[in-house]
Amino acid sequence: MIILLDTLLVTLILTGFLLLGSSRLGASIRISALQGIMTGLLPLALEHGDLFSYVSLLGVAVIGLKGYVFPRLLFSALRESDTSREVQPFVGYMASLFFGILFLMGSFWLDTRLNLPVHSSSDLLVPVAFSLMSCGLFLIVARRTAMSQVIGYLVLENGIYCFGLAVVSGMPLLLELGVLMDIFVAVFVMGIAIYHINREFDHIDADRLSALKG
Amino acid sequence: MNTLSILNLLAGLILAPLLPGIINRTKAVFAGRHGQPVLQTYFDIFKLLRKGAVYSRTTSWVFRLSPVIGLAAVIAAMTLLPALSAPAPVSFAGDLILFAYCFGLLRFFLVAAALDTGSAFEGMGASREVQFSALAEPALLLGLAALARATGSLSLTGIFSASAGPSAGPALALVSAALFIVFLAENARIPVDDPNTHLELTMIHEVMVLDYSGPDFAIILYTSSLKMWALGALLVNVLFSFLPLHGPAAVACVAGSMILLSVLVGIVESIMARLSLLKVPQLLAGAVAISVLALTLVLRFTS
Repeated sequence: MIILLDTLLVTLILTGFLLLGSSRLGASIRISALQGIMTGLLPLALEHGDLFSYVSLLGVAVIGLKGYVFPRLLFSALRESDTSREVQPFVGYMASLFFGILFLMGSFWLDTRLNLPVHSSSDLLVPVAFSLMSCGLFLIVARRTAMSQVIGYLVLENGIYCFGLAVVSGMPLLLELGVLMDIFVAVFVMGIAIYHINREFDHIDADRLSALKG
Repeated sequence: MNTLSILNLLAGLILAPLLPGIINRTKAVFAGRHGQPVLQTYFDIFKLLRKGAVYSRTTSWVFRLSPVIGLAAVIAAMTLLPALSAPAPVSFAGDLILFAYCFGLLRFFLVAAALDTGSAFEGMGASREVQFSALAEPALLLGLAALARATGSLSLTGIFSASAGPSAGPALALVSAALFIVFLAENARIPVDDPNTHLELTMIHEVMVLDYSGPDFAIILYTSSLKMWALGALLVNVLFSFLPLHGPAAVACVAGSMILLSVLVGIVESIMARLSLLKVPQLLAGAVAISVLALTLVLRFTS
């Protein structure tokens, strides 16, 4: 099981790298869906034997939302906006990848310094969570289009979810479902926001919102 | 040094020109053509060896020296390479750095000779070769560092005879992925460069050797197939390092896997298009990222 868990975690980091390096928004949505499915599989691989039914229910909910519903919402927003790629990010793709490497090393370093009370069977879970969080934040800051920023938000949330899995053993089901509901509403609202940005500026470049200042 | 390691080295020296033939045959099968003979590279080398060489008047001794030095560097690298548990003819602590920089020496002289011809076209190819290998080299070295750390040995023979624990599985898979990208980039295969586009502005490796003719070009052809064999054998060693093979079986396994690897390269070339020139550094940076990840994982697991 530890091999399965480590493979999942390594794949999570790799999807983070892919998101940092890809310019096509459609591909980014697909990769983030894959990442969502991976995070949904994580609690199943973590083996909390006694909580199996609760864990699998949560896993199915996460996979369903992040692997199917969010990509559908994002793809419909993308289709309306008539944009297929991020043209001029604030930080280039090569530089983003190197930032990704820095984040990775930084999160491993942070993990050794923090001494968290980790409940998980793998040492990797916390560093992966930190690295996903920093990747997500970086995507929000360094990309222009609203779509990439929404994807960055999802990556950030995946990181927080991993962190929760590692540190809090057995969070109440209701709480987890509440968080999922919140993300669902957030992505829904962001989809509407993208639609409005697109209608106002003929583009989903969120940077143009600064033109609204008086 | 024993007979087995000599056998391994000889297998590489003799079978290496087979690899481009197998790649071309795989591509031909994919395209529904009959294709050139599998032994075409051997025929080319023997034909070129019988011809005379023509040297441009602008070139100097660097141009004539570089094929020989390149060939020597690649053969030196191959003597450091074991076949799974069969030891390499030469091995000492730290030989993995020598292995990486033998290719550096080969590249340096190839680039120097290309610049020596004074042709703008070759200078452009040299610039691209150096640019891409500057990114491929960290990926190769960091991958080797991860292997060294996982097995606690600093020589290639030690790395591949000691088996890393099962916890290093994901790290080994990552190193293999990074090495595969380095293999494709260093040998100028398709996602990085298309070896079939002679005299077009997209090529990297082929353009640097345009001024060579006769025996010199034969040596260049042989050197590039040896390079493909050496880097491919490194990848195969990493992939199959968990197999408990000993003796001639290990040598046969490496040689057989090299043929499978060239079929794989042929398939990659048939189903993928070459990346645009600006995307290639991104791919190589991805390889570096994968290597760093592998090294971080290994450091984490073994500390």
